[in-house]
Amino acid sequence: MSLRIVVCVKYVPDATGDRHFADDLTVDRDDVDGLLSELDEYAVEQALQIAENADDAEVTILTVGPEDARDALRKALSMGADKAVHVEDDDLHGTDVIGTSLVLAKAIEKTGYDLVVCGMASTDGSMGVLPALLAERLGVPQVTLLSEVSVEDGTVTGRRDGDAATEHLQASLPAVISVTDQSGEARYPSFKGIMAAKKKPVTSLDLDDLDIDADEVGLTGSWTAVDEATERPARTAGTIVTDEGEGAKQLAEFLAGQKFI
Amino acid sequence: MAEVLVYVDHVDGAVRKPTLELLTLARRIGDPVAVHLGAGADTAAATLAEYGAARVLTADAPEFADYLVAPKVDALQAAYDAVSPAAVLLPSSAEGKEIAARLALRIGAGLITDAVDLEAGDSGPVATQSVFAASFTTRSRVTKGTPVITVKPNSAAPEAAQAAGSVEQLSVTFGETSTGTKVVSRTPRESTGRPELTEAAIVVSGGRGVNGAENFSVIENLADALGAAVGASRAAVDAGWYPHTHQVGQTGKTVSPQLYIAAGISGAIQHRAGMQTSKTIVAVNKDAEAPIFELVDYGVVGDLFQVLPQLTEEIKARKG
Ligand SMILES: Cc1cc2nc3c(=O)[nH]c(=O)nc-3n(C[C@H](O)[C@H](O)[C@H](O)COP(=O)(O)OP(=O)(O)OC[C@H]3O[C@@H](n4cnc5c(N)ncnc54)[C@H](O)[C@@H]3O)c2cc1C
Ligand SMILES: Nc1ncnc2c1ncn2[C@@H]1O[C@H](COP(=O)(O)O)[C@@H](O)[C@H]1O
Repeated sequence: MSLRIVVCVKYVPDATGDRHFADDLTVDRDDVDGLLSELDEYAVEQALQIAENADDAEVTILTVGPEDARDALRKALSMGADKAVHVEDDDLHGTDVIGTSLVLAKAIEKTGYDLVVCGMASTDGSMGVLPALLAERLGVPQVTLLSEVSVEDGTVTGRRDGDAATEHLQASLPAVISVTDQSGEARYPSFKGIMAAKKKPVTSLDLDDLDIDADEVGLTGSWTAVDEATERPARTAGTIVTDEGEGAKQLAEFLAGQKFI
Repeated sequence: MAEVLVYVDHVDGAVRKPTLELLTLARRIGDPVAVHLGAGADTAAATLAEYGAARVLTADAPEFADYLVAPKVDALQAAYDAVSPAAVLLPSSAEGKEIAARLALRIGAGLITDAVDLEAGDSGPVATQSVFAASFTTRSRVTKGTPVITVKPNSAAPEAAQAAGSVEQLSVTFGETSTGTKVVSRTPRESTGRPELTEAAIVVSGGRGVNGAENFSVIENLADALGAAVGASRAAVDAGWYPHTHQVGQTGKTVSPQLYIAAGISGAIQHRAGMQTSKTIVAVNKDAEAPIFELVDYGVVGDLFQVLPQLTEEIKARKG
Protein backbone atom coordinates (compact mmCIF):
# COMPACT_ATOMS: atom_id res chain seq x y z
CA MET A 1 0.00 0.00 0.00
CA SER A 2 1.20 3.42 -0.81
CA LEU A 3 2.70 5.62 1.92
CA ARG A 4 0.93 8.97 1.85
CA ILE A 5 3.18 11.77 3.09
CA VAL A 6 1.92 15.33 3.58
CA VAL A 7 4.55 18.03 4.12
CA CYS A 8 3.40 21.30 5.70
CA VAL A 9 5.36 24.28 4.44
CA LYS A 10 5.01 27.97 5.13
CA TYR A 11 5.59 30.92 2.87
CA VAL A 12 7.37 33.55 4.97
CA PRO A 13 8.82 37.05 4.56
CA ASP A 14 12.55 36.93 3.84
CA ALA A 15 14.40 37.18 7.17
CA THR A 16 17.15 39.23 5.58
CA GLY A 17 14.55 41.73 4.33
CA ASP A 18 13.06 44.60 6.32
CA ARG A 19 10.34 42.67 8.15
CA HIS A 20 7.66 44.67 9.87
CA PHE A 21 4.02 44.86 10.93
CA ALA A 22 1.04 46.07 8.91
CA ASP A 23 -1.38 48.64 10.37
CA ASP A 24 -3.59 45.92 11.86
CA LEU A 25 -0.51 44.52 13.66
CA THR A 26 -0.37 41.37 11.56
CA VAL A 27 2.87 40.40 9.86
CA ASP A 28 3.22 42.50 6.73
CA ARG A 29 3.34 39.99 3.89
CA ASP A 30 3.03 42.48 1.03
CA ASP A 31 6.08 44.71 1.25
CA VAL A 32 8.75 42.11 1.89
CA ASP A 33 9.70 39.38 -0.58
CA GLY A 34 8.54 35.97 0.51
CA LEU A 35 9.97 32.51 0.13
CA LEU A 36 9.60 28.90 1.24
CA SER A 37 10.72 28.97 4.89
CA GLU A 38 14.29 27.65 4.92
CA LEU A 39 13.40 25.48 7.89
CA ASP A 40 10.66 23.78 5.89
CA GLU A 41 13.14 22.81 3.17
CA TYR A 42 14.49 20.33 5.71
CA ALA A 43 10.99 18.87 6.04
CA VAL A 44 10.67 18.51 2.27
CA GLU A 45 14.10 16.87 2.11
CA GLN A 46 13.32 14.28 4.81
CA ALA A 47 9.93 13.56 3.26
CA LEU A 48 11.58 12.91 -0.11
CA GLN A 49 14.16 10.62 1.49
CA ILE A 50 11.49 8.68 3.34
CA ALA A 51 9.54 8.35 0.08
CA GLU A 52 12.65 7.17 -1.79
CA ASN A 53 13.21 4.45 0.79
CA ALA A 54 9.60 3.25 0.65
CA ASP A 55 8.25 0.79 -1.92
CA ASP A 56 5.56 3.13 -3.02
CA ALA A 57 5.02 6.62 -1.68
CA GLU A 58 3.41 9.89 -2.62
CA VAL A 59 4.53 13.28 -1.30
CA THR A 60 1.97 16.10 -1.12
CA ILE A 61 3.05 19.62 -0.19
CA LEU A 62 0.49 21.61 1.79
CA THR A 63 0.45 25.30 2.58
CA VAL A 64 -2.01 27.72 4.12
CA GLY A 65 -1.24 31.19 2.88
CA PRO A 66 -1.82 34.02 0.43
CA GLU A 67 -1.72 33.74 -3.35
CA ASP A 68 2.06 34.21 -3.46
CA ALA A 69 2.49 31.15 -1.25
CA ARG A 70 2.25 29.23 -4.52
CA ASP A 71 5.95 30.08 -4.97
CA ALA A 72 6.74 27.98 -1.93
CA LEU A 73 4.74 25.08 -3.35
CA ARG A 74 6.57 25.34 -6.70
CA LYS A 75 9.92 25.27 -4.98
CA ALA A 76 8.99 22.13 -3.02
CA LEU A 77 7.57 20.50 -6.16
CA SER A 78 10.75 21.26 -8.05
CA MET A 79 12.72 19.53 -5.30
CA GLY A 80 10.78 16.39 -6.21
CA ALA A 81 7.40 16.26 -4.44
CA ASP A 82 4.46 14.85 -6.40
CA LYS A 83 1.61 17.29 -5.90
CA ALA A 84 0.49 20.23 -3.84
CA VAL A 85 -2.50 21.64 -1.97
CA HIS A 86 -2.93 25.35 -1.43
CA VAL A 87 -5.46 26.60 1.13
CA GLU A 88 -6.24 30.17 0.27
CA ASP A 89 -9.09 32.37 1.48
CA ASP A 90 -9.40 36.09 2.18
CA ASP A 91 -10.96 35.26 5.55
CA LEU A 92 -7.69 33.65 6.65
CA HIS A 93 -5.94 37.00 7.07
CA GLY A 94 -4.68 37.33 10.65
CA THR A 95 -5.26 33.69 11.68
CA ASP A 96 -3.22 32.67 14.75
CA VAL A 97 -1.47 29.35 15.28
CA ILE A 98 -4.52 27.64 16.82
CA GLY A 99 -6.61 28.63 13.79
CA THR A 100 -3.88 27.61 11.36
CA SER A 101 -3.71 24.20 13.01
CA LEU A 102 -7.46 23.79 12.44
CA VAL A 103 -7.17 24.61 8.75
CA LEU A 104 -4.14 22.39 8.26
CA ALA A 105 -5.72 19.48 10.15
CA LYS A 106 -8.86 19.61 8.01
CA ALA A 107 -6.82 19.88 4.81
CA ILE A 108 -4.63 16.96 5.88
CA GLU A 109 -7.66 14.81 6.61
CA LYS A 110 -9.20 15.72 3.28
CA THR A 111 -5.95 14.88 1.45
CA GLY A 112 -5.48 11.58 3.28
CA TYR A 113 -2.24 10.79 5.09
CA ASP A 114 -0.06 8.26 6.83
CA LEU A 115 2.70 10.66 7.78
CA VAL A 116 2.70 14.44 8.24
CA VAL A 117 6.11 16.13 8.07
CA CYS A 118 6.69 19.66 9.40
CA GLY A 119 9.64 21.96 9.87
CA MET A 120 10.87 22.74 13.39
CA ALA A 121 9.44 26.28 13.39
CA SER A 122 8.38 28.96 10.99
CA THR A 123 11.01 31.66 10.49
CA ASP A 124 8.50 34.49 11.00
CA GLY A 125 6.28 33.41 13.91
CA SER A 126 8.80 30.83 15.10
CA MET A 127 6.56 29.32 17.74
CA GLY A 128 7.47 25.77 16.90
CA VAL A 129 4.18 24.43 18.24
CA LEU A 130 2.18 23.72 15.14
CA PRO A 131 3.29 20.07 14.79
CA ALA A 132 2.20 19.36 18.39
CA LEU A 133 -1.14 21.06 17.71
CA LEU A 134 -1.65 18.97 14.58
CA ALA A 135 -0.97 15.77 16.52
CA GLU A 136 -3.49 16.86 19.15
CA ARG A 137 -6.14 17.68 16.55
CA LEU A 138 -5.59 14.57 14.45
CA GLY A 139 -5.36 12.34 17.53
CA VAL A 140 -2.10 10.74 16.37
CA PRO A 141 1.40 10.54 17.93
CA GLN A 142 3.76 13.53 17.71
CA VAL A 143 7.39 12.66 17.01
CA THR A 144 8.85 16.11 16.90
CA LEU A 145 12.15 18.00 16.62
CA LEU A 146 14.03 15.12 15.06
CA SER A 147 17.59 15.43 13.85
CA GLU A 148 17.39 11.94 12.37
CA VAL A 149 14.35 10.04 11.12
CA SER A 150 13.39 6.84 9.35
CA VAL A 151 10.17 5.02 8.51
CA GLU A 152 9.90 1.28 8.21
CA ASP A 153 6.98 -1.18 8.36
CA GLY A 154 4.50 1.40 9.49
CA THR A 155 6.74 2.67 12.30
CA VAL A 156 8.54 5.97 12.50
CA THR A 157 11.70 6.23 14.59
CA GLY A 158 13.90 9.22 15.20
CA ARG A 159 16.39 11.01 17.40
CA ARG A 160 15.48 14.14 19.34
CA ASP A 161 18.45 16.14 20.63
CA GLY A 162 16.92 18.04 23.51
CA ASP A 163 18.38 20.48 26.01
CA ALA A 164 18.75 17.92 28.75
CA ALA A 165 19.05 14.65 26.85
CA THR A 166 19.14 12.85 23.55
CA GLU A 167 16.08 10.67 23.09
CA HIS A 168 15.30 7.91 20.64
CA LEU A 169 11.62 7.95 19.82
CA GLN A 170 9.23 5.54 18.17
CA ALA A 171 5.60 5.63 17.06
CA SER A 172 3.21 3.80 14.77
CA LEU A 173 1.79 5.52 11.72
CA PRO A 174 -0.23 7.59 11.20
CA ALA A 175 1.89 10.24 12.94
CA VAL A 176 3.02 13.85 12.81
CA ILE A 177 6.76 14.50 12.79
CA SER A 178 8.90 17.61 12.64
CA VAL A 179 12.56 17.77 11.67
CA THR A 180 15.27 20.24 12.67
CA ASP A 181 17.95 21.97 10.64
CA GLN A 182 20.33 19.30 11.94
CA SER A 183 18.56 16.63 9.89
CA GLY A 184 20.66 17.14 6.75
CA GLU A 185 20.99 19.77 4.04
CA ALA A 186 18.11 20.07 1.61
CA ARG A 187 18.74 19.29 -2.05
CA TYR A 188 18.72 21.99 -4.72
CA PRO A 189 16.06 21.70 -7.39
CA SER A 190 17.58 20.42 -10.63
CA PHE A 191 16.73 22.00 -13.98
CA LYS A 192 14.71 18.90 -14.78
CA GLY A 193 12.94 19.23 -11.44
CA ILE A 194 12.04 22.84 -12.12
CA MET A 195 10.60 21.98 -15.53
CA ALA A 196 8.67 18.98 -14.17
CA ALA A 197 7.22 21.05 -11.32
CA LYS A 198 5.35 23.22 -13.81
CA LYS A 199 3.21 20.23 -14.79
CA LYS A 200 2.53 18.91 -11.31
CA PRO A 201 -1.01 19.33 -9.96
CA VAL A 202 -1.74 22.06 -7.42
CA THR A 203 -5.20 21.88 -5.82
CA SER A 204 -6.70 25.06 -4.40
CA LEU A 205 -9.03 24.81 -1.42
CA ASP A 206 -10.95 27.50 0.41
CA LEU A 207 -12.67 27.51 3.80
CA ASP A 208 -15.93 26.20 2.32
CA ASP A 209 -14.14 23.19 0.90
CA LEU A 210 -12.90 22.44 4.41
CA ASP A 211 -16.20 23.12 6.21
CA ILE A 212 -14.66 25.86 8.29
CA ASP A 213 -16.64 28.96 9.27
CA ALA A 214 -15.02 32.31 8.59
CA ASP A 215 -15.34 33.29 12.26
CA GLU A 216 -13.27 30.28 13.37
CA VAL A 217 -10.22 31.83 11.71
CA GLY A 218 -8.77 35.21 10.77
CA LEU A 219 -8.39 38.11 13.16
CA THR A 220 -11.89 37.56 14.59
CA GLY A 221 -11.27 33.88 15.25
CA SER A 222 -7.90 34.54 16.81
CA TRP A 223 -7.63 33.69 20.52
CA THR A 224 -4.84 36.19 21.06
CA ALA A 225 -4.46 39.89 20.27
CA VAL A 226 -1.38 42.00 19.64
CA ASP A 227 -1.99 45.42 21.20
CA GLU A 228 1.30 47.06 20.42
CA ALA A 229 4.37 46.51 18.26
CA THR A 230 7.36 48.81 18.64
CA GLU A 231 10.60 48.74 16.77
CA ARG A 232 13.53 48.11 19.06
CA PRO A 233 15.58 51.30 19.19
CA ALA A 234 18.85 50.90 17.31
CA ARG A 235 21.67 50.25 19.73
CA THR A 236 23.67 53.38 20.38
CA ALA A 237 26.99 53.26 18.61
CA GLY A 238 29.65 51.70 20.80
CA THR A 239 33.36 52.25 21.02
CA ILE A 240 35.41 50.48 18.39
CA VAL A 241 39.16 50.18 18.65
CA THR A 242 41.67 48.59 16.31
CA ASP A 243 44.09 46.21 17.96
CA GLU A 244 47.65 47.36 17.59
CA GLY A 245 48.92 45.33 20.51
CA GLU A 246 46.83 47.11 23.13
CA GLY A 247 43.36 45.84 22.10
CA ALA A 248 43.08 43.24 24.87
CA LYS A 249 44.16 45.74 27.54
CA GLN A 250 41.66 48.32 26.29
CA LEU A 251 38.89 45.73 26.28
CA ALA A 252 39.84 44.62 29.81
CA GLU A 253 39.63 48.27 30.91
CA PHE A 254 36.12 48.49 29.43
CA LEU A 255 35.01 45.25 31.11
CA ALA A 256 36.45 46.38 34.44
CA GLY A 257 34.65 49.72 34.07
CA GLN A 258 31.39 47.80 33.60
CA LYS A 259 32.22 45.68 36.70
CA PHE A 260 32.49 42.43 34.76
CA ILE A 261 35.97 41.90 36.20
CA MET B 1 -6.81 35.98 44.98
CA ALA B 2 -6.88 33.93 41.79
CA GLU B 3 -4.47 31.05 41.41
CA VAL B 4 -1.91 30.69 38.63
CA LEU B 5 -0.59 27.30 37.53
CA VAL B 6 3.18 27.11 37.12
CA TYR B 7 4.64 24.07 35.36
CA VAL B 8 7.83 23.00 37.13
CA ASP B 9 10.97 22.20 35.16
CA HIS B 10 13.20 20.02 37.31
CA VAL B 11 15.67 17.15 37.31
CA ASP B 12 14.60 14.61 39.96
CA GLY B 13 13.33 17.37 42.22
CA ALA B 14 16.18 19.84 41.59
CA VAL B 15 14.18 22.85 40.37
CA ARG B 16 15.72 24.70 37.43
CA LYS B 17 16.14 28.46 37.56
CA PRO B 18 13.56 29.35 34.85
CA THR B 19 10.86 27.89 37.12
CA LEU B 20 11.85 30.31 39.90
CA GLU B 21 11.53 33.12 37.37
CA LEU B 22 8.06 31.83 36.44
CA LEU B 23 6.99 31.79 40.09
CA THR B 24 8.22 35.36 40.45
CA LEU B 25 6.24 36.50 37.39
CA ALA B 26 3.18 34.45 38.40
CA ARG B 27 2.92 36.42 41.65
CA ARG B 28 2.15 39.54 39.62
CA ILE B 29 -1.04 37.83 38.45
CA GLY B 30 -2.11 35.66 41.37
CA ASP B 31 -1.09 32.96 43.84
CA PRO B 32 1.25 30.44 42.24
CA VAL B 33 0.28 26.77 42.34
CA ALA B 34 3.18 24.63 41.16
CA VAL B 35 2.65 21.46 39.12
CA HIS B 36 5.45 18.99 39.67
CA LEU B 37 5.45 15.84 37.53
CA GLY B 38 7.76 12.91 38.18
CA ALA B 39 9.95 12.09 41.15
CA GLY B 40 11.32 14.41 43.83
CA ALA B 41 8.28 16.55 44.72
CA ASP B 42 9.21 16.66 48.40
CA THR B 43 12.68 18.00 47.63
CA ALA B 44 11.30 20.45 45.10
CA ALA B 45 8.51 21.67 47.39
CA ALA B 46 10.93 23.47 49.73
CA THR B 47 12.38 25.52 46.87
CA LEU B 48 8.99 26.09 45.25
CA ALA B 49 7.57 27.33 48.57
CA GLU B 50 10.54 29.67 49.06
CA TYR B 51 9.69 31.33 45.74
CA GLY B 52 6.01 31.69 46.44
CA ALA B 53 4.18 28.44 45.62
CA ALA B 54 1.14 28.27 47.87
CA ARG B 55 0.51 24.69 46.80
CA VAL B 56 2.47 22.02 44.99
CA LEU B 57 0.36 19.56 42.99
CA THR B 58 2.28 16.44 42.17
CA ALA B 59 1.90 13.22 40.24
CA ASP B 60 4.42 10.53 39.48
CA ALA B 61 3.97 7.76 36.92
CA PRO B 62 6.25 5.86 34.55
CA GLU B 63 4.30 7.33 31.62
CA PHE B 64 5.97 10.74 32.09
CA ALA B 65 9.39 9.35 31.22
CA ASP B 66 8.35 6.54 28.89
CA TYR B 67 6.26 8.56 26.43
CA LEU B 68 6.78 11.94 24.80
CA VAL B 69 4.90 15.06 25.92
CA ALA B 70 1.28 13.82 25.79
CA PRO B 71 1.11 12.24 29.31
CA LYS B 72 2.29 15.56 30.74
CA VAL B 73 -0.51 17.33 28.89
CA ASP B 74 -3.01 14.96 30.55
CA ALA B 75 -1.52 15.76 33.96
CA LEU B 76 -1.45 19.51 33.45
CA GLN B 77 -5.03 19.36 32.25
CA ALA B 78 -5.98 17.48 35.44
CA ALA B 79 -4.35 20.29 37.44
CA TYR B 80 -6.19 22.87 35.36
CA ASP B 81 -9.51 21.13 36.05
CA ALA B 82 -8.75 20.91 39.76
CA VAL B 83 -7.67 24.54 40.19
CA SER B 84 -9.54 26.61 37.55
CA PRO B 85 -6.61 29.03 37.43
CA ALA B 86 -6.45 32.57 36.06
CA ALA B 87 -3.48 31.64 33.86
CA VAL B 88 -1.09 28.77 33.13
CA LEU B 89 2.63 29.49 32.85
CA LEU B 90 5.29 27.17 31.44
CA PRO B 91 8.98 27.54 30.61
CA SER B 92 9.71 28.20 26.92
CA SER B 93 11.67 25.00 26.41
CA ALA B 94 10.86 22.81 23.41
CA GLU B 95 8.83 20.54 25.65
CA GLY B 96 7.25 23.39 27.62
CA LYS B 97 5.95 24.95 24.41
CA GLU B 98 4.52 21.68 23.08
CA ILE B 99 2.74 20.94 26.36
CA ALA B 100 1.40 24.49 26.44
CA ALA B 101 0.07 24.32 22.89
CA ARG B 102 -1.77 21.04 23.36
CA LEU B 103 -3.24 22.16 26.68
CA ALA B 104 -4.41 25.46 25.17
CA LEU B 105 -6.19 23.61 22.39
CA ARG B 106 -7.86 21.20 24.82
CA ILE B 107 -9.15 23.90 27.15
CA GLY B 108 -10.12 26.23 24.30
CA ALA B 109 -7.71 28.94 25.31
CA GLY B 110 -5.37 31.31 23.51
CA LEU B 111 -1.63 30.64 23.55
CA ILE B 112 1.33 33.00 23.78
CA THR B 113 4.84 31.57 23.49
CA ASP B 114 8.27 33.00 24.25
CA ALA B 115 7.21 35.90 26.46
CA VAL B 116 10.13 37.90 27.86
CA ASP B 117 8.02 39.78 30.40
CA LEU B 118 4.60 39.50 31.95
CA GLU B 119 2.38 41.86 33.88
CA ALA B 120 -1.19 42.04 35.11
CA GLY B 121 -3.55 44.04 32.86
CA ASP B 122 -7.18 45.13 33.00
CA SER B 123 -8.22 42.29 30.73
CA GLY B 124 -5.79 39.58 31.80
CA PRO B 125 -2.02 39.17 31.72
CA VAL B 126 -0.07 41.20 29.17
CA ALA B 127 2.93 39.45 27.63
CA THR B 128 5.92 41.17 26.08
CA GLN B 129 7.55 39.32 23.19
CA SER B 130 10.60 39.96 21.12
CA VAL B 131 9.99 39.22 17.42
CA PHE B 132 11.61 39.34 13.95
CA ALA B 133 15.08 38.50 15.25
CA ALA B 134 14.44 40.80 18.24
CA SER B 135 14.01 43.88 16.03
CA PHE B 136 10.47 44.44 17.34
CA THR B 137 8.86 44.24 20.76
CA THR B 138 5.17 43.36 20.98
CA ARG B 139 2.63 43.38 23.78
CA SER B 140 -0.06 40.73 23.49
CA ARG B 141 -3.01 39.30 25.35
CA VAL B 142 -5.03 36.14 25.26
CA THR B 143 -8.62 37.01 24.31
CA LYS B 144 -10.28 33.62 24.77
CA GLY B 145 -10.18 31.22 27.70
CA THR B 146 -7.53 30.94 30.39
CA PRO B 147 -4.27 32.40 29.09
CA VAL B 148 -1.57 29.78 28.49
CA ILE B 149 1.80 31.49 28.30
CA THR B 150 5.37 30.22 27.95
CA VAL B 151 8.18 32.41 29.22
CA LYS B 152 11.80 32.48 28.08
CA PRO B 153 14.64 31.91 30.55
CA ASN B 154 16.25 35.05 32.03
CA SER B 155 13.02 37.06 31.71
CA ALA B 156 12.92 38.02 35.38
CA ALA B 157 15.24 37.92 38.37
CA PRO B 158 13.96 35.24 40.77
CA GLU B 159 12.74 36.80 44.03
CA ALA B 160 12.07 34.71 47.11
CA ALA B 161 8.68 35.12 48.85
CA GLN B 162 8.00 32.35 51.32
CA ALA B 163 4.64 30.58 50.96
CA ALA B 164 3.17 27.37 52.34
CA GLY B 165 4.06 25.05 49.46
CA SER B 166 1.86 22.25 50.75
CA VAL B 167 2.25 19.11 48.67
CA GLU B 168 -0.97 17.59 47.31
CA GLN B 169 -1.36 14.49 45.18
CA LEU B 170 -2.86 15.07 41.76
CA SER B 171 -4.84 12.23 40.27
CA VAL B 172 -4.26 11.75 36.55
CA THR B 173 -5.92 9.44 34.06
CA PHE B 174 -3.97 9.01 30.86
CA GLY B 175 -5.90 9.31 27.62
CA GLU B 176 -5.74 6.75 24.85
CA THR B 177 -3.45 8.83 22.64
CA SER B 178 -1.03 9.77 25.42
CA THR B 179 1.13 6.68 25.01
CA GLY B 180 1.55 7.04 21.25
CA THR B 181 5.17 8.12 21.14
CA LYS B 182 7.53 5.81 23.00
CA VAL B 183 10.83 7.08 24.37
CA VAL B 184 12.97 4.07 23.52
CA SER B 185 16.11 5.44 25.15
CA ARG B 186 17.28 8.59 26.83
CA THR B 187 20.89 9.71 27.22
CA PRO B 188 21.22 12.69 29.54
CA ARG B 189 23.66 15.33 28.40
CA GLU B 190 26.95 15.39 30.28
CA SER B 191 27.54 18.50 32.32
CA THR B 192 30.40 20.70 31.16
CA GLY B 193 30.84 22.20 34.61
CA ARG B 194 30.20 25.63 33.06
CA PRO B 195 27.04 27.67 33.60
CA GLU B 196 23.96 26.76 31.57
CA LEU B 197 23.99 28.75 28.31
CA THR B 198 20.49 30.23 28.62
CA GLU B 199 20.91 31.05 32.30
CA ALA B 200 24.46 32.43 32.32
CA ALA B 201 25.25 36.04 33.23
CA ILE B 202 28.12 36.05 30.73
CA VAL B 203 28.38 34.17 27.42
CA VAL B 204 31.49 33.93 25.24
CA SER B 205 30.76 32.65 21.71
CA GLY B 206 33.01 31.60 18.87
CA GLY B 207 32.23 31.49 15.16
CA ARG B 208 33.82 30.49 11.88
CA GLY B 209 36.77 32.70 12.75
CA VAL B 210 37.79 30.20 15.43
CA ASN B 211 38.77 27.96 12.54
CA GLY B 212 38.82 24.48 14.06
CA ALA B 213 37.53 22.40 16.98
CA GLU B 214 40.96 22.39 18.60
CA ASN B 215 41.02 26.21 18.68
CA PHE B 216 37.81 26.44 20.71
CA SER B 217 40.02 26.22 23.82
CA VAL B 218 40.73 29.92 23.18
CA ILE B 219 37.01 30.61 23.69
CA GLU B 220 36.73 28.20 26.64
CA ASN B 221 39.72 29.71 28.44
CA LEU B 222 38.26 33.20 28.24
CA ALA B 223 34.86 31.84 29.35
CA ASP B 224 36.42 30.14 32.35
CA ALA B 225 38.32 33.26 33.35
CA LEU B 226 34.99 35.12 33.35
CA GLY B 227 32.89 32.28 34.80
CA ALA B 228 30.93 32.33 31.56
CA ALA B 229 29.03 29.85 29.41
CA VAL B 230 30.32 28.98 25.92
CA GLY B 231 28.25 29.62 22.79
CA ALA B 232 28.86 29.08 19.08
CA SER B 233 27.54 30.34 15.77
CA ARG B 234 25.83 27.92 13.42
CA ALA B 235 28.83 28.04 11.09
CA ALA B 236 31.02 26.71 13.91
CA VAL B 237 28.44 24.08 14.84
CA ASP B 238 27.86 22.95 11.25
CA ALA B 239 31.63 22.59 10.82
CA GLY B 240 31.54 20.17 13.74
CA TRP B 241 33.78 22.32 15.96
CA TYR B 242 31.31 22.63 18.83
CA PRO B 243 28.13 20.77 19.87
CA HIS B 244 24.79 21.97 18.55
CA THR B 245 23.46 22.39 22.10
CA HIS B 246 25.71 25.46 22.31
CA GLN B 247 24.40 27.14 19.18
CA VAL B 248 23.13 30.67 19.69
CA GLY B 249 20.54 32.04 17.28
CA GLN B 250 17.29 31.42 15.54
CA THR B 251 17.63 27.66 15.44
CA GLY B 252 19.73 27.46 18.56
CA LYS B 253 19.34 29.07 21.96
CA THR B 254 18.22 32.59 22.73
CA VAL B 255 20.48 34.16 25.30
CA SER B 256 20.03 37.44 27.10
CA PRO B 257 23.02 37.71 29.43
CA GLN B 258 24.52 40.75 31.11
CA LEU B 259 27.53 40.41 28.82
CA TYR B 260 27.85 38.69 25.42
CA ILE B 261 31.25 38.38 23.78
CA ALA B 262 31.26 37.34 20.09
CA ALA B 263 34.61 36.28 18.67
CA GLY B 264 35.05 35.49 14.98
CA ILE B 265 31.30 35.90 14.37
CA SER B 266 30.05 38.11 11.54
CA GLY B 267 26.62 38.86 13.05
CA ALA B 268 24.12 37.40 10.56
CA ILE B 269 20.45 38.15 11.24
CA GLN B 270 19.85 34.56 12.39
CA HIS B 271 22.66 34.85 14.92
CA ARG B 272 21.43 38.23 16.12
CA ALA B 273 18.03 36.69 16.72
CA GLY B 274 19.54 34.75 19.58
CA MET B 275 21.67 37.40 21.28
CA GLN B 276 20.45 40.86 20.35
CA THR B 277 18.75 41.45 23.70
CA SER B 278 21.98 40.95 25.68
CA LYS B 279 22.65 43.91 27.98
CA THR B 280 26.24 44.56 26.95
CA ILE B 281 27.68 43.27 23.68
CA VAL B 282 31.36 42.97 22.84
CA ALA B 283 32.88 41.70 19.58
CA VAL B 284 36.32 40.75 18.42
CA ASN B 285 36.54 40.42 14.65
CA LYS B 286 39.33 41.09 12.22
CA ASP B 287 36.98 42.58 9.65
CA ALA B 288 36.08 46.18 10.58
CA GLU B 289 33.05 45.93 8.25
CA ALA B 290 31.49 42.92 10.01
CA PRO B 291 27.81 43.66 10.82
CA ILE B 292 28.28 42.52 14.42
CA PHE B 293 30.02 45.87 15.07
CA GLU B 294 26.65 47.62 14.54
CA LEU B 295 25.45 46.01 17.76
CA VAL B 296 28.40 46.38 20.05
CA ASP B 297 29.02 48.47 23.13
CA TYR B 298 32.69 47.75 22.66
CA GLY B 299 34.40 46.27 19.62
CA VAL B 300 37.95 45.30 18.90
CA VAL B 301 39.01 45.04 15.28
CA GLY B 302 41.71 42.42 15.49
CA ASP B 303 42.76 38.79 15.38
CA LEU B 304 40.94 36.78 18.02
CA PHE B 305 44.01 34.55 18.43
CA GLN B 306 45.92 37.63 19.59
CA VAL B 307 43.22 39.44 21.54
CA LEU B 308 41.49 36.60 23.41
CA PRO B 309 44.53 34.94 25.05
CA GLN B 310 45.85 38.36 26.11
CA LEU B 311 42.45 39.30 27.49
CA THR B 312 42.25 36.00 29.39
CA GLU B 313 45.67 36.68 30.99
CA GLU B 314 44.70 40.24 31.80
CA ILE B 315 41.49 39.10 33.52
CA LYS B 316 43.31 36.43 35.51
CA ALA B 317 45.91 39.01 36.59
CA ARG B 318 43.24 41.48 37.68
CA LYS B 319 41.27 38.83 39.54
CA GLY B 320 44.57 37.88 41.20
C1 LIG C 1 16.98 29.26 8.62
C2 LIG C 1 18.35 29.63 9.13
C3 LIG C 1 18.61 29.52 10.48
C4 LIG C 1 19.86 29.89 10.99
N1 LIG C 1 20.07 29.80 12.34
C5 LIG C 1 21.25 30.24 12.86
C6 LIG C 1 21.49 30.22 14.26
O1 LIG C 1 20.66 29.77 15.06
N2 LIG C 1 22.68 30.69 14.73
C7 LIG C 1 23.65 31.19 13.89
O2 LIG C 1 24.71 31.60 14.40
N3 LIG C 1 23.46 31.19 12.57
C8 LIG C 1 22.29 30.73 12.03
N4 LIG C 1 22.14 30.72 10.66
C9 LIG C 1 23.32 30.99 9.80
C10 LIG C 1 23.66 32.43 9.61
O3 LIG C 1 22.93 32.92 8.49
C11 LIG C 1 25.19 32.60 9.35
O4 LIG C 1 25.53 31.80 8.25
C12 LIG C 1 26.08 32.21 10.53
O5 LIG C 1 25.63 32.85 11.71
C13 LIG C 1 27.51 32.63 10.25
O6 LIG C 1 28.36 32.22 11.30
P1 LIG C 1 29.73 33.02 11.57
O7 LIG C 1 29.41 34.42 11.90
O8 LIG C 1 30.48 32.23 12.60
O9 LIG C 1 30.49 32.86 10.19
P2 LIG C 1 30.86 33.95 9.11
O10 LIG C 1 29.68 34.71 8.66
O11 LIG C 1 31.67 33.24 8.08
O12 LIG C 1 31.77 34.97 9.90
C14 LIG C 1 33.04 34.65 10.42
C15 LIG C 1 33.64 35.94 10.94
O13 LIG C 1 34.87 35.65 11.59
C16 LIG C 1 35.80 36.68 11.29
N5 LIG C 1 37.14 36.12 11.50
C17 LIG C 1 37.76 35.17 10.75
N6 LIG C 1 38.96 34.88 11.28
C18 LIG C 1 39.12 35.66 12.37
C19 LIG C 1 40.17 35.84 13.33
N7 LIG C 1 41.30 35.11 13.30
N8 LIG C 1 39.99 36.75 14.31
C20 LIG C 1 38.85 37.50 14.37
N9 LIG C 1 37.82 37.37 13.48
C21 LIG C 1 37.96 36.46 12.50
C22 LIG C 1 35.46 37.09 9.89
O14 LIG C 1 35.89 38.44 9.67
C23 LIG C 1 33.94 36.96 9.85
O15 LIG C 1 33.30 38.18 10.16
C24 LIG C 1 20.89 30.35 10.12
C25 LIG C 1 20.62 30.45 8.76
C26 LIG C 1 19.37 30.10 8.25
C27 LIG C 1 19.12 30.24 6.77
N1 LIG D 1 0.61 28.48 7.16
C1 LIG D 1 1.20 27.29 7.19
N2 LIG D 1 1.02 26.42 6.17
C2 LIG D 1 1.61 25.19 6.18
N3 LIG D 1 2.43 24.78 7.17
C3 LIG D 1 2.66 25.60 8.20
C4 LIG D 1 2.07 26.90 8.27
N4 LIG D 1 2.48 27.47 9.42
C5 LIG D 1 3.30 26.59 10.03
N5 LIG D 1 3.42 25.44 9.31
C6 LIG D 1 4.22 24.23 9.64
O1 LIG D 1 4.43 24.17 11.04
C7 LIG D 1 5.80 24.25 11.37
C8 LIG D 1 5.99 25.02 12.68
O2 LIG D 1 5.41 26.29 12.59
P1 LIG D 1 5.26 27.30 13.81
O3 LIG D 1 4.57 26.57 14.92
O4 LIG D 1 4.45 28.42 13.23
O5 LIG D 1 6.64 27.74 14.19
C9 LIG D 1 6.44 24.89 10.15
O6 LIG D 1 7.81 24.55 10.04
C10 LIG D 1 5.60 24.28 9.02
O7 LIG D 1 6.01 22.96 8.73
